[in-house]
Amino acid sequence: MLMKHDRRVAQAECLRELQELDFVLLELNLYMDTHPYDKQALEQFNCLSKTRRKLVRRYEKCFGPLYNFGLSKNRIPDGWSKGPWPWEI
Amino acid sequence: MWIYEKKLQYPVRVSQCNPRLAKYLIEQYGGADGELAAALRYLNQRYTLPDKVKGLLTDIGTEELAHLEMIATMVYKLTKDATPQQLEEAGLGAHYANHDKALFYHNAAGVPWTATYIQAKGDPIADLYEDIAAEEKARATYQWLIDMSDDPDLNDSLKFLREREVVHSQRFREAVEILKDCQGKKKYF
Repeated sequence: MLMKHDRRVAQAECLRELQELDFVLLELNLYMDTHPYDKQALEQFNCLSKTRRKLVRRYEKCFGPLYNFGLSKNRIPDGWSKGPWPWEI
Repeated sequence: MWIYEKKLQYPVRVSQCNPRLAKYLIEQYGGADGELAAALRYLNQRYTLPDKVKGLLTDIGTEELAHLEMIATMVYKLTKDATPQQLEEAGLGAHYANHDKALFYHNAAGVPWTATYIQAKGDPIADLYEDIAAEEKARATYQWLIDMSDDPDLNDSLKFLREREVVHSQRFREAVEILKDCQGKKKYF
């Protein structure tokens, strides 16, 4: 039971890292929607996008697939259809 | 095409079971200025808007779906341990009679969501001004909800959502300026 609790805490922490990175990426994305020729924003976006791919790989290795429909590899056990779902964390 | 990401946009924690707060939060789920209305409004308007703003409407509309999921998570967590008696005392008796603890797209007063809350005029300026107004109304709603809530964990998430409304409003205002500039360059339109 304690192990399950620790796992949840670790998952929430890793998610938090991803959420922080995604906040920057989303902000840059919306900014570039109205400023499509800002090269500095573009460089920052593409660089962070690369960082994100690494972080997603790390998250998925520990906690299972983050995406459906083939964007993530599935696995047994702890595959896509296994919880906890986002509203249960 | 949309892909589901198995995570929330921002963490949602609640300090304790509080069905009364959930009843009010439903305003941002199925209310006139709520997240469902926002997502459906932008994702429907985008098809016929000028190329320069199609991306913005697509991206903000998609982000609204993530906000909808955050509100759903708040309501779920605030009500999951409540007894039918507690729900009744919180004013959710009519909701419980019809939906048990399932979520439903209605506002804080129980009025079901309707497409008449949103518009698509085919006129870019008319549509974008509606979008700016929608963001400001949603921001105000988040403020009233924060004013009523005494849950510090919940307020953290509500403040995040309030700030997103500000950012969206600013981006839509920029979109209006971009379109005005384009119109100024044309000989006729």
